Amino acid sequence: MNGFSFGHFIRRPEFGSLLSLVAVIAFYVIFGHVNLERLFGAASWVNFAANLGIVALPVGLLMIAGELDISIGAMIPAGSMSIAILSGYYDLPIAVGIIGALGFGVLVGLVNGFLAVRTTVPSLIITLGTLVAVQGIVLAGSVLLTGAASVPLDAPVWAKTIFGQLFHGNYQVIIIWWIGLTAVFAFVLHATHYGNWIFAMGGDEESARNAGIPTNRLKITLFVLSSTSASFVGMCGAILFNSAQVSGGMNYIFNTIVSIVVGGVLLTGGFGSIIGIFFGALTFAIVNQGIYFTDIDRNWSNLIIGVMLLSAVLLNNTFRLIALSFVPKKRK
Amino acid sequence: MSQETPILELQHVDKNFGPIEVLNDICLKMHAGEVLCLLGDNGAGKSTLIKLLAGVYVPTRGKVLMDGKQVHFERPRDAQEAGISTVHQFGGTFPLMSIGRSFFVGVEPTKGWGIFKRFDRRTANVIAVKAVQDFGITRIDDGDRLVGGLSGGERQSLAIARAVHFGARVLILDEPTAALGVKQASHVLRIVNEARKRGLAVIFITHQVMHPLAVGDRFAVLIRGRLAADFLKGEKSREEITDLMAGGEDMAELEAEISGNGENLHSSAHVRAPQTE
Repeated sequence: MNGFSFGHFIRRPEFGSLLSLVAVIAFYVIFGHVNLERLFGAASWVNFAANLGIVALPVGLLMIAGELDISIGAMIPAGSMSIAILSGYYDLPIAVGIIGALGFGVLVGLVNGFLAVRTTVPSLIITLGTLVAVQGIVLAGSVLLTGAASVPLDAPVWAKTIFGQLFHGNYQVIIIWWIGLTAVFAFVLHATHYGNWIFAMGGDEESARNAGIPTNRLKITLFVLSSTSASFVGMCGAILFNSAQVSGGMNYIFNTIVSIVVGGVLLTGGFGSIIGIFFGALTFAIVNQGIYFTDIDRNWSNLIIGVMLLSAVLLNNTFRLIALSFVPKKRK
Repeated sequence: MSQETPILELQHVDKNFGPIEVLNDICLKMHAGEVLCLLGDNGAGKSTLIKLLAGVYVPTRGKVLMDGKQVHFERPRDAQEAGISTVHQFGGTFPLMSIGRSFFVGVEPTKGWGIFKRFDRRTANVIAVKAVQDFGITRIDDGDRLVGGLSGGERQSLAIARAVHFGARVLILDEPTAALGVKQASHVLRIVNEARKRGLAVIFITHQVMHPLAVGDRFAVLIRGRLAADFLKGEKSREEITDLMAGGEDMAELEAEISGNGENLHSSAHVRAPQTE
């Protein structure tokens, strides 16, 4: 309301993630003698951040709404196998493969959502169940249908242009998707009334429901968004690399949660921001991939991530308290 | 006052959960501009009664009338649309949301069209702050402040102001002062008074005696699911009410027992009226 001020900025949920980003880069510069020019010129961590970030956005929304979705770990290979089996093995048009991959995401999201709404089982357990179940479906299904755990895919040019090609050297086109989706999610969460509903639901679901918010419908929608996004990332990977494997994706579970928490989202819901999640993914990617540009042995990267996660959470707690206890000065 | 049609009336209402009778033959009338204090010990059925009025539960038997006409609330939404608003102990607000945002949860003001329709934060903040200040809470002047940073009394006030702003005619306050300090509680009582002046029917639920005595016009005491007493202000003393709530003779007996013990005189005063400090 009073324009930009540092005090205002410090109370935003994303402040901690920006600080983490700066701290990590400073650490690499001081202790790793990183070549900043090479680091910022490299595509590897941007690609990594984009793939991670697209999954982190909807999962972050779910966490703000007080839920969790770990089935994304299985949805990434599920998305790539769906399109590879349909359009690669059975030679169906690529559009069918795309619809198949995204449709599978919608389906699993609906299952997660309905179970979360109809039962009182925590969504961690529900999506743990669907995580393992989808892994089983993907492995058994691909062996049953194709006899292999890895399927080649040859996508036509237009599909590669939109979903999986490299530009400017080694940058994946999914980076553009990530930035676009971040803008859309930021608009929805921070500028529309749906965003208000998500915050309210994460803050106090009972009160939100009493205030007339269709919490069940909202929850199901968010679960569908998250598993479809994961499936989308898998699909883009298959189009880019011309093949799909049944394994992989499990790392995404922890990576997204770390990115989101570093991004300032409260684990119990009701607080967070899209810009924070964006920077969370970016920070995670720099730690994870940027270490190759330093003198530090890359085996240390997990230690750095662990320390960063803990300090980011502590920082975020502090900033949240500052935001809570903030009382504006009396205006003259 | 009691000649006019009550805003809300319960006629011989029962509520059972399976074989368990929680409420039995409850008859109550609530009038505009009147504060009804619903007293009762823990487990007396107060919460169940509120939930019946708020549309969370449907009565097993009996009738609920609004303005003399029978109504059926299937969901909380139905009761809200009829103008019955419940404010819970902690205000029913969202600690990590701004005042403006939490004020308009579920009824957000928007600007723009189509896919660019967006939440109108400025309007929301202005309206929310004005609504709260009209209730005399002038300390709240920035709609961007987080609700969790307000005191308990301010949060209650915000929730009550919200209910009134959205056209509540019957205000149900569930233990509004239970978690508050003395000063903040008097804050809330002042707001209850203001709501009454505006012509709302207020139902004040509590197991304390002091607070309702300050603002109540009519008192109803629930004991084990039955309406044990229904009287107007000034008809009974504080001691009589306390005894009623504790289940009649029990309290007097307990006191005699304790004072017979001699050295426990101090704690007897404490049991008697813990809220008198």
